[in-house]
Amino acid sequence: MTTPNIQPPKWATKFLAWYCKPELLEDLQGDLNEFFYRHVKEKGIRKARLIYMIDVIKFLRLYTIRKPSFVNILIQWIMLGSYFKTSGRNILRNKLFSSINIIGLAISMSVGLVLIAFVVELKSFDKFHKNYNRIYRVKSTYESISNNGIDEYASTSVLAGKKISESISGVEKVAILRSNFNADLHVGEKTIPLEGFWASEEFLNIFSFQLLGGNAETALGELNSIVLTSSAAKKLYGRDDVVGSQVLVDTTNYTITAVVKDPPLNSHLRFDMLGSFITIDTKRQNDNDKNWMKWDYIWQNYVYLLVPEKRNLESISKSFAEISDEQNKTLENETINIYPQPLSEVVISADLSNNIGPNFSKSLLVVLGGLALIVVISACFNYTNLSIARALRRAREVGIRKVVGASKGQVFSQFIVEAIIISLLSLIFAFFIFLLIRPSFISLDSSIQEMVTLEPAPIIYLLFVAMAVGVGILAGLFPALFFSKMNTIKVLKNLSSIQLFKHINFRKVLIVFQYTLSIGFIVAVSIGYRQYQYSIAFDLGLTTENILNIDLQNNKPELVIKELTELPEVKNISKSLYVTAVGTSWSGYFRGDDPQDSTNFYYNYVDEHFISMHEIKLLAGKNFSSKISEDSDDASIIINQKLLKWMNLENPEDAVGKEVFMNGKKCTVIGVMQDFHHNKLNNPISYFAFRYFNKLPSHWSGVVNLKVQTPDVMGMMDKINAAWKKVDPIHPLKATFYDEKIKKAYAEMTGMIKIIGFLAFLSISIASMGLLGMVVFTTETRIREISVRKVFGATERSLIMLMSKGFILLLTISSLIAIPAAYFLFDQMIFARIAYRAPLGFIDLFSGTFIVLSIALLAISSQTLKVARVNPSTTLRNE
Amino acid sequence: MKGTNLGEFEELVLLTIAALVSEAYSVSVCDELEKHTGRKVKLGVVHSVLNRLEEKGLVKSKLGEATSMRGGKRKRYYSVTNAGKVAVVKAKEVRDQLWSLIPELSFKNI
Repeated sequence: MTTPNIQPPKWATKFLAWYCKPELLEDLQGDLNEFFYRHVKEKGIRKARLIYMIDVIKFLRLYTIRKPSFVNILIQWIMLGSYFKTSGRNILRNKLFSSINIIGLAISMSVGLVLIAFVVELKSFDKFHKNYNRIYRVKSTYESISNNGIDEYASTSVLAGKKISESISGVEKVAILRSNFNADLHVGEKTIPLEGFWASEEFLNIFSFQLLGGNAETALGELNSIVLTSSAAKKLYGRDDVVGSQVLVDTTNYTITAVVKDPPLNSHLRFDMLGSFITIDTKRQNDNDKNWMKWDYIWQNYVYLLVPEKRNLESISKSFAEISDEQNKTLENETINIYPQPLSEVVISADLSNNIGPNFSKSLLVVLGGLALIVVISACFNYTNLSIARALRRAREVGIRKVVGASKGQVFSQFIVEAIIISLLSLIFAFFIFLLIRPSFISLDSSIQEMVTLEPAPIIYLLFVAMAVGVGILAGLFPALFFSKMNTIKVLKNLSSIQLFKHINFRKVLIVFQYTLSIGFIVAVSIGYRQYQYSIAFDLGLTTENILNIDLQNNKPELVIKELTELPEVKNISKSLYVTAVGTSWSGYFRGDDPQDSTNFYYNYVDEHFISMHEIKLLAGKNFSSKISEDSDDASIIINQKLLKWMNLENPEDAVGKEVFMNGKKCTVIGVMQDFHHNKLNNPISYFAFRYFNKLPSHWSGVVNLKVQTPDVMGMMDKINAAWKKVDPIHPLKATFYDEKIKKAYAEMTGMIKIIGFLAFLSISIASMGLLGMVVFTTETRIREISVRKVFGATERSLIMLMSKGFILLLTISSLIAIPAAYFLFDQMIFARIAYRAPLGFIDLFSGTFIVLSIALLAISSQTLKVARVNPSTTLRNE
Repeated sequence: MKGTNLGEFEELVLLTIAALVSEAYSVSVCDELEKHTGRKVKLGVVHSVLNRLEEKGLVKSKLGEATSMRGGKRKRYYSVTNAGKVAVVKAKEVRDQLWSLIPELSFKNI
């Protein structure tokens, strides 16, 4: 009547068996089956199965559900004591295996701890604002025809801020912020340089910075108002009840309208003072600054929104799109769109340019999290591997437990509990390692230093324990399944019948996995390091040796230069707007005769000494002349070869004397220079030109470049410092050697290399320990076989070969997987966007592998040698 | 439905069990009820009522034989207990009494 292959859905049957009271289960199952077969006949299999499933779910009622009995819970509790006892004994009995497990888990978990503390602290940013969930920032995307791709900016235009506050409904409050409000504040004799923002009226209403005096509603509403933080006020006045006082900011008098508590460490907005935005707004408009209200003036302004609790983000985004569309009509070659971005995404952000305050890239965080997870999993594998391998020793215990009445579930929970105990023990060690590596992690990068302290808060401890429990479950899962499925009768009748090597393939896979990772990590480190070395030693096409760059900080260059020329160590001095080749660049539009055809290009302002001092080769024409006077609006430029080519000229001589336009202003080409790397090596050499440094754009300060020669760098720096103090007693000297600056420009790379290097070290040690454990185990189990072989005349060498053969094969497989994978990853993905790459050599790819393999071989041979040297009589006599 | 008072459906189930004599188990009760009342009877409802009746002590149950029809699972046969018998008889008496109180006339006007 019923064919065997027509059956109700298995999972539903299992589910029913799981939840149903045992006394009701059988007839209920029967009833459902009867109806099922009836439905099969009447309505077809599919419908019948569906009805069956629905019925199973419908029977989930109070009276059918199995109630956890008090006795069971009691037994679990009593057994827990027994589990602790046996686990403790086991840990103590197998000291080698336990310590491999505990140390491995501890060092891998310490990385997890660092990451957890880091993420928790990043997540806590800005939470102190009462309106945290209702604040959004406006971000912009920028696309121009001369620039490939779309760039995302955290900043936006002043115009966007004003349009939003005028025309969008559904937004409660809007605040415009402009960065770089840096000025010297004078009170009496005292002068203190402070940094902060220009902020519009609503700023203090949107954000909950605590006011110590003044009125949040009105503090930033008036012209020439300034809000100080309490520490800034104390620096200036020695007290912080200074609301209403006048203060001289550079040359203008401001009224202090409020004092706020210092922004906490976990605020992404950090400032000493806030100037009222209306001040700079009015000033720029009175100056007839054409850029100020343009849609593409998006570089230094930030707009924050407060939306109501019941927000309609969709309509806000739609209005944003409408504004963008309307305004983009005013732009020729660019498209700029604006989007709202929640405050929670500001610190852990997608990679935005022009970010203010500390931030950490989300993708980097994911990568780091992934790497840490891999290391933790690798340590879990050690535990899994060793526990299953040692099954022989625990099998009898499990057998007896089962005979006495332990259920599968109880055996399972026993092994899970044991794994959790071990991982909690590891957590204690991990915490100490965490305390040890914390300072090095924080000092990895100055940006991390500004962001976090990694001081554990209560919630972090909770997460630590949760992680340890999770790791324990992960590590203990396979052993627990293995033991709970063990066949009692077989185990007790004949111990050797356990198919110990049934899982050998599984274990081999785990070893290969661990070694693939270790080799992958170490190859990554060597490739990364090679690229870093390559970048900092790269011949940029200009000399950077012994050149000291001093930030002018708004001082007159002549005064600084006058002081510095007197020093005997200073051989040559030049001026420039910024330091090239370290990531900063200015760009503009360049065109020749044809007004339709323009290009984006980069430029720097330099004086007549710059080119010779940096040994940049002039191919044609002449250098800037020192005779050009201070005020004459000189319009000569020197272009590079790329620009020459863009102008469709072959011969450098042809370009000299040509009239060109930069940013719409007519200029004369007076020279052509050889291409040099004006940007970081991630980008190829592009169109580039020098303009003469006579008058800088307003608000920009510039750099003095010194060519120095001295055996005593410290002494020279003291002298330079003294000279600087004479010109500017207020601001401390900011001087960096060019080579140092280049190294710093690639500093993010060193941070990454250090992190991956550390992970490589961890993963190698974990893998090596795991391998050692496995080798010890195999040699121990095979000791009789070895002895018999020896009796029959096997040599030590052949025995070592015999035992290490398998492991060596696994290691070979790992390297065969890891090396091409790492190579591919770097070649095609990570370095794909870097224009100038170090060639990947044989040594980079294989040196790391060689180190890992030799450590592994050491572990294998030390153990096999020990066993091979044992006198056969000692092992065989006992038989 | 407090105490020993029977609900309408409970009474029907109880009567069906009594009528089916030794063949009363959940599915047959279901079928029988469907046949006589003409309404769709859900297994889940019958099952919970049987369970409730047993809790009240109006029916008792024992496991019977397995059939291939039921995938090798045994049936649970129900039979009416003394208390059950008392309960249905009492329910019937209450109705009869009420019926006897209704004068012939009163239905004619409806």
